[in-house]
Amino acid sequence: MRKMASVLVSALLVGALVVSGCGTQTPNTSTTGSSGNEDVIKIGVFEPMTGANAAGGALEVEGIKLANKLYPEVLGKKVELITVDNKSDKVEAASAASRLVEKEKVSAIIGSWGSSLSMAAGDIVKNAKIPTVAASATNPLVTKNNDFYFRVCFIDPFQGKVMANYAFNKLNAKKVAIVQEVSSDYSIGLAKFFTDSFKELTGDQNAIVGVANYNTGDQDFSAQLTNIKAKNPDVIFAPGNFTESALLIKQARQLGIKAPIIGGDTWETPEFIDIGKDAVEGAVFSTFFTSEKPITPESEKFLAEYRKENPDKEPAAVTALGYDAYIVILDAIKKANSSDAVKIQEQLAKTKDFPGAAGMITLDENGDAVKDAVIKQVKNGKFTYMDIIKAQ
Amino acid sequence: MMNLSTFFQHLTNGISLGSLYALVAIGYTMVYGTLRLINFAHGDVFMMTTYFAFYGVATFMLPWYVSFILAIILTAALGMLLEIGAYRPLRDAPKISIMISAIGASFLLENLAVVLFGGRPKAFPSVKLLTDSIQWGTVSIQKLTFVIPIVTIIFLVGLLYLINHTKTGMAMRAVAKDYETAGIMGVNVNKTISQTFAIGSMLAAVGGIMWGLKFPQIAPLMGVMPGLKAFIAAVIGGIGNIKGAVIGGFILGIGEIMIVAFLPSLSGYRDAFAFIFLIVILLFKPTGITGEKIAEKV
Repeated sequence: MRKMASVLVSALLVGALVVSGCGTQTPNTSTTGSSGNEDVIKIGVFEPMTGANAAGGALEVEGIKLANKLYPEVLGKKVELITVDNKSDKVEAASAASRLVEKEKVSAIIGSWGSSLSMAAGDIVKNAKIPTVAASATNPLVTKNNDFYFRVCFIDPFQGKVMANYAFNKLNAKKVAIVQEVSSDYSIGLAKFFTDSFKELTGDQNAIVGVANYNTGDQDFSAQLTNIKAKNPDVIFAPGNFTESALLIKQARQLGIKAPIIGGDTWETPEFIDIGKDAVEGAVFSTFFTSEKPITPESEKFLAEYRKENPDKEPAAVTALGYDAYIVILDAIKKANSSDAVKIQEQLAKTKDFPGAAGMITLDENGDAVKDAVIKQVKNGKFTYMDIIKAQ
Repeated sequence: MMNLSTFFQHLTNGISLGSLYALVAIGYTMVYGTLRLINFAHGDVFMMTTYFAFYGVATFMLPWYVSFILAIILTAALGMLLEIGAYRPLRDAPKISIMISAIGASFLLENLAVVLFGGRPKAFPSVKLLTDSIQWGTVSIQKLTFVIPIVTIIFLVGLLYLINHTKTGMAMRAVAKDYETAGIMGVNVNKTISQTFAIGSMLAAVGGIMWGLKFPQIAPLMGVMPGLKAFIAAVIGGIGNIKGAVIGGFILGIGEIMIVAFLPSLSGYRDAFAFIFLIVILLFKPTGITGEKIAEKV
């Protein structure tokens, strides 16, 4: 009996190892062009290529590669992209960033999709003094107290406010329920900022009628949604990863929940529509950019090149931001006239009125860009532009 | 407090999830019952099925039922291949070696899936006939909620018949008791074990298809959690006991839903409860709730 128990306990422990084991393999490295060459400037790309956030990472890399194709050189040297996969895992993200810093000796880093993954790399790039530009990580903590982390997108206090205003003014919501991904700093942060703004708008401390939690990778949300259904909210705010959100919306509709479901920028991946199908029709979320409203000459250039390469699709907002992260770094290298990381950081911090594909970029004292938000809706199986909300 | 229709909705959600766990757990427990091997690759075999079914519909344009049947057959073949490649060479080695080999097989399948199918999730083909919902007052029930338990019960009865009333089943039971002696008595041990794996993998395949219909998103690591949950269900029911696995699956599924239903603030810790439950069972009733005494082979 006792022996049986010990065998099963050890089996359990081994099982746990299997789960965590997914996070301890060496990251895949793919290098383009020659390496170890004096005439090369290395930029690290630090993105989820596998795991729960893989589609988001792939969209950003698409933009980064496009920018690299259009601007392959700086200071007369070739720019080499070194891509590491952070596997959508916080532990793996830290080791992937270390690898870029210590082994590949990059001059700057771009990444990552997902605030939690970016935050996992925060201390590493800060201590190594390698300037890092996040394309679409929106949690304020990514750049806070970190002079080496920048971003080319807005932050969640603004995004939360935009969606709270949308729910209150456009959907006339008085009671909102929140479904959040507890293992994601992005989702928790955005849900909090939304809650604060919405309570302020309604003047009602009880305007949030229910909060339900789930974990990244969960597939069954029926219990959480049944609880929410009993609260009968006007609107459900559910910021979170695209696949989980698509399944969540699908299950909500199957349970007969009719309330509009709204979310944040992470929803804009093809997978969201592929998996959600009819259920995600009408889903509304905030994001950074729409190809229907090019903002700068750089937007036109980006769109032309993107459409040439992908005749049958429109770029996602994060693809434009991946592109911007690359060109903003290139601009800083040009101004610094050096591939020295600290000199690049000094120039990045001074970025002002720089025309990017997804709008003008001015980095504030925290290293955050202040930009307008775009509201999009899923219509006929496509992400369509609805509105632009000005940054205040 | 919770009204009756909300409670009833939770209960149907629980039964639906529980029957899925049960279906996957049957295959898990059956392989353990015959070989005393915890097949950690079971969840990954389950994942491979969903990809077979996906490509059958998406790439080869097969009707869903043809694709699903082909996927089940391919998965059975994969299970047999796995046994020949990863477990047969280690049959006389200590049990721990086979267990480690099972983990290796699990990693192999996961990484193979990443290389072959890519890391981005795909949408499992939807079958309107099965995935629509039926409205009953304020309670909304997906047709699958009825289909999955029925499929589970059919496979349970079929499997019990196979094991208790057929020659193949007798051979399986003989191999489970002592494969060397069974071999001497004229049982074809290799064939019997291959059959066990084929059937175990087919059960994983049916579970995978049902899972894919209910949660239409497939990814290379999707088998890990269901595999562990099925393992927990099998242990709760008494690992090696097929009826126990079904009971364990239902207890786990309904339990998980009810924890979220009655303690909504703890809904982020749902998986943790499943594992805590496993540890408690192992500490206080390691033979599971069916309490069957399992003869230890040393």
